Amino acid sequence: MSSTMMMAGAAPARDARVARALSRRRRIFDRLVKGLCIVATVIGLMLLASILFTLFWRGFASLGLHVFTNITRPPGSHGGLLNAIVGSLIQTLLGTVIGAPIGLLVGTFLAEYASGSALGNAVRFVSDILLSAPSILIGLFVYTILVEPFGGFSGIAGCVALAVIVVPIVVRTTEDMLRLIPIALREAAVALGAPKWRMIVQVCYRAALDGIATGVLLAVARVAGETAPLLFTSLGNLNWSVSLSQPMASLPVTIYQYAGSAFDDWVDLAWAGALLITIGVLALNIVARVALRPRA
Amino acid sequence: MVQTLAPATRTGGRHGGVGDAIFAGTARGLGCFVLLLLSAIIVSLFIGGLPSFRAFGIGFLWDTTWDPVKQQFGAGVPVFGTLVTSILALLLAVPLAFGIAFYLTEIAPDWFRRPVGTAIELLAAVPSIIYGMWGFFVIVPIMGQYVMPALADTFADVPVLGTLFGGPPFGTGILTAALILAVMVIPFIAATMRDVFMTVPPVFKESAYGVGCTTWEVMRSIVIPYTRVSVMGGIMLGLGRALGETMAVTFVIGNADRIATSLFDPGNTIASIVALEFPESPAGSLKLSSLLALGFILFVISFIVLAISRLLLRPRSA
Repeated sequence: MSSTMMMAGAAPARDARVARALSRRRRIFDRLVKGLCIVATVIGLMLLASILFTLFWRGFASLGLHVFTNITRPPGSHGGLLNAIVGSLIQTLLGTVIGAPIGLLVGTFLAEYASGSALGNAVRFVSDILLSAPSILIGLFVYTILVEPFGGFSGIAGCVALAVIVVPIVVRTTEDMLRLIPIALREAAVALGAPKWRMIVQVCYRAALDGIATGVLLAVARVAGETAPLLFTSLGNLNWSVSLSQPMASLPVTIYQYAGSAFDDWVDLAWAGALLITIGVLALNIVARVALRPRA
Repeated sequence: MVQTLAPATRTGGRHGGVGDAIFAGTARGLGCFVLLLLSAIIVSLFIGGLPSFRAFGIGFLWDTTWDPVKQQFGAGVPVFGTLVTSILALLLAVPLAFGIAFYLTEIAPDWFRRPVGTAIELLAAVPSIIYGMWGFFVIVPIMGQYVMPALADTFADVPVLGTLFGGPPFGTGILTAALILAVMVIPFIAATMRDVFMTVPPVFKESAYGVGCTTWEVMRSIVIPYTRVSVMGGIMLGLGRALGETMAVTFVIGNADRIATSLFDPGNTIASIVALEFPESPAGSLKLSSLLALGFILFVISFIVLAISRLLLRPRSA
């Protein structure tokens, strides 16, 4: 840009051909870059399409009622994924039930009580680090505090590991959503004589409900597919067990064990499980985004 | 807590004082709990890795032996694998992510931006294990049959590249792991870049268009200089994701405990070796301690990268 402008300044219209050629070169280069960007976007979309196509193709072929009615069995004996599905539901649900309220209150603390304070900045920074920290390390951490000292893998350790992942997600969305609430709304509540905590619970939470619920949904979607932290905490269980003090099966861990096995029917079950998880996770994401839409 | 609202709340409801104290106290306590949580993760990994640090000293960091039979462990191979796969992944992902972000902010028609943006964001929501299966069953055969032989043929006689793209084309290995990692971090980097590109005040761009700049010239001379710092932050965020990615890498890296000399060689990353070796590491063993020590190293690397990313992405103060 600068070179062409200097050119035009130094020799105005002395050589119209040079100016035309330059502007043509600029236009061609611009087209080229735009073309490459379109190619990049098409590649990105094709990657998503390839993943979804593979999942639907391999997953639907092996999906059947037996997947939901039978528990995992040795290869060749027509097993299903019932225990893994139930285990995943229990751990995801409990993990969210433990993690979401903590995240909600920490987010409230950051938005309502700690604006600009050193403690608030530190908490926000640490929460952001936790948000992107490798989930395998959270699994190792829970292993050292809940599995090793208590002498065994357990469903509750899996729930705690997932809860640790839920907290920073809910913190982030809660804080962002509370900051969008107009001051006038708060002032109105306070003017009516409401104490600050009632203003937060009855006015701010209600006004930010959509956004907070979106955060919780996204957190559920994230932990439902987590594998690495569960390898070290709830371990997986090929038998039926809903006891929180015993190792517990989960879909991602079962997929991991089955996908790498040498038995065709296990690999098929892994694809069926992968399809179920992906549909669940993407559906939650889409619902969350649609819920957020009026705000955006 | 001591804000403009405090006097009003005092004169408010009769139980306001007690309720406020409890609510604020709980919120503050849980905020401190989050601080403690991060410290507890660091401390627990360090204590868990202590026997290994004691046994092998500081040399653990770069020692390349991983021999469970002789009880000799070193972090050299997985640390090398982690850094190489992550950096390769960024080299592949950044240009693509930039293209996507540029398309979404400047080129795409308005009605098209939302669906494409959502699709790219959904790519980030797909669980890691699904990328692992997709990589293992779709990408590995393609790499082994077509891409790797083609690369090997092309660069066979070139001095350095010939070694980098040499060796048996199994389909798994460092290059495939980097490719899968790239696919996984593209949506994160693209979404961050798109968001920061949108923060450029329209009047800047309009001025540039007004003097006759093409779209690309506006991008290069206005948007990129304005957002340079945040773009770096987005790339660091992607790097942080790539460093700790576990399941997808575990499927395709090939699990070998030696330094790879070719990009086709199998290797290990910190996360993949921990996931793969953990089942064969009994509680209290030196091997388990070494895995926890590896976890500690990964945490330190991720922490530094993510902290830099946060600092770069801080909203600029007006």
